[in-house]
Amino acid sequence: MTSLPPALFFLAAALLSAFFKGNLRRLILIAAPIAGLCAVHLMPEGAVATLPFLDMDLVLCEVDRLNRVFGYIFCIVSILAVLFAFQNEDKGESSSALIYAGGALGVTFAGDFLTLYVFWELMAVASTFVVLSARTKESRSSAFRYVLVHLAGGLLLLAGILLRYQATGSLAVEFVGLEGLSGYLIFAGIAVNAAIPPLHSWLKDAYPAASWSGAVFLSAFTTKSAVYVMARTFPGTELLIWLGAIMTFVPIFYAVLENDIRGVLSYSLINQVGFMMVGIGIGSALAINGAVAHAFAHILYKGLLFMSAGAVMYRTGKTRCTDLGGLYTSMPFTCICCIVGAASISAFPLFSGFVSKSMIVSAAGYEHLLLVWLALQFASAGVFHHAGIKVPFFMFFGHDSGLRPKEAPWNMKLAMGIAAALCIGIGVFPQPLYNILPFPVEYVPYTGAHVVDQLQILMFGALAFCLLMLSGIYPAEIRSINLDTDWFYRKGARLFYAACDRVLNPINSLVQKALGSGLPDMAHRFLSEPAGNLEKLVVLGYLKHQGASEEELERRRDRISRRYRYLAYPLGGGVLLSVMFLALMSYLYIVR
Amino acid sequence: MDEKKGWFDRPGNLKRFLKVFYASLVLLVIADFFVEKHPHFDFEGAPSFFAAYGFISCVLLVLVAKVLRLFLMKGEDYYDD
Repeated sequence: MTSLPPALFFLAAALLSAFFKGNLRRLILIAAPIAGLCAVHLMPEGAVATLPFLDMDLVLCEVDRLNRVFGYIFCIVSILAVLFAFQNEDKGESSSALIYAGGALGVTFAGDFLTLYVFWELMAVASTFVVLSARTKESRSSAFRYVLVHLAGGLLLLAGILLRYQATGSLAVEFVGLEGLSGYLIFAGIAVNAAIPPLHSWLKDAYPAASWSGAVFLSAFTTKSAVYVMARTFPGTELLIWLGAIMTFVPIFYAVLENDIRGVLSYSLINQVGFMMVGIGIGSALAINGAVAHAFAHILYKGLLFMSAGAVMYRTGKTRCTDLGGLYTSMPFTCICCIVGAASISAFPLFSGFVSKSMIVSAAGYEHLLLVWLALQFASAGVFHHAGIKVPFFMFFGHDSGLRPKEAPWNMKLAMGIAAALCIGIGVFPQPLYNILPFPVEYVPYTGAHVVDQLQILMFGALAFCLLMLSGIYPAEIRSINLDTDWFYRKGARLFYAACDRVLNPINSLVQKALGSGLPDMAHRFLSEPAGNLEKLVVLGYLKHQGASEEELERRRDRISRRYRYLAYPLGGGVLLSVMFLALMSYLYIVR
Repeated sequence: MDEKKGWFDRPGNLKRFLKVFYASLVLLVIADFFVEKHPHFDFEGAPSFFAAYGFISCVLLVLVAKVLRLFLMKGEDYYDD
């Protein structure tokens, strides 16, 4: 077991589960991530599994402190997501979800870029099927755009990998850095999956379109495996600090306006990955530790939030703020779990976000990055505002929607309960998490100043929400969509199409006219009397040059035509042309 | 937050909740004077800097978002054919 890549368990279970039904299928599904978790824990450091391929050795699985953390959390969240999804009988979804999770683990432990790329694309394709599994019109068109974006991103990555291999002769997954075209291409490929603006809109487009269970899987793997690869290949890249800072605060404006709960969660997901990008960009031991710890904590609370939204969707079929509200009496357990997730993402003291996010913010402070630090604090207030308050408020409180659904089923409660317990557990006892981080941790999250500062930001942010809500200034929930960068390929594609229509179609019809009717007509007229036409061309051209009159020309033309029509020449015109052609060919062939 | 049936819908409870909330704000401002600070930047040490920053951030966030809505908001069928 210690020499098997953890991804194998997932892929095997994805295939095997398709042949079974009911509880046996569920057992197979949940056994995979449990076995995977054991494998991740037991694997020794270093290259674990290699595969000879052509003239090189592919390193399928290579373990160190950085990727083992990601391995742990990917397996843990898979266990929870599979448990949560028990009610979903759709074999297509459960199998593609496991392949997707297996792909993420494959990327995480890949020792060379070729292996990484294969698992990267496996993830893209499998996650597309997870989106498709909602089987709605919306999910079909979303999945189509989603797969196009990810295949484009995958090709950027592949191009970068190939250029790098050509230049360095090495495929090892190690520090790349923004150097040369290959560095930028690899960076761009990873940036697509990490949802770095302006390449982020696929996330908000696809995740809210997935089924109630599919979105939980989606929220965990694509962006966080990209975080891992970024931390491996581009630590300390300054550009990431600025992109990450933009990433933390731009999506929160959208989140305030967004009407779909899972849309709000998608924007806050981008915002949280922004914190991780800043940490990777700073690149100090504290910052990298912070980024990894935040990814770990984030996967749990974001999964928890998507599970609570999923449970509500499972029971009511609704996800819009305008349709929900007042559910705290009928789904109290889900409500509490959602609040725990909200408190964790907001980084309340004693919840998981606090012990991880504060590492990144402190790292920005230690480096005296004033603007970045201000942006992160602004985003911290903002994320509480939209994800911390808005999500639970509009689902479970706010206006009473009149819905009185049943509480979530036992397995959903169990999955949400474990996730919530882990969120609080990490917040209260951060040391076990700190112990598995890539670098030794000396950071102390719970100092008086940290706690009071953070609570002030959060509670006074909440005060702003209260006052704006009570005074009616807070933007009302409206059934609407808000334009984002996907406009450029959704509307832009149509513009492009129209432009092509205007420019290319006239060219096409011109060419059609010339080649389809013009040229053949001319050829037909010429070839009906080739020698005669040739003679006309020569004789009449000569006469015209000599200044002959129109009547003279007309007369000569008639005479030539008549001679040919009545075969007045001793030799057929065609034969004459053939002889001339042959003579020309022999001259070219023999003399030259 | 309380999970009992309809706790927030019972008369007076929402007001009670808000009172506790406002009281906690006052406590936080007071507590600020009693903690030892290690500011990375000079202004961080100012009393209740974080309270002001959090409040202003959120008000700005909502106001800017409201303005953005004028440009960004479209009907739900905007992308449909």
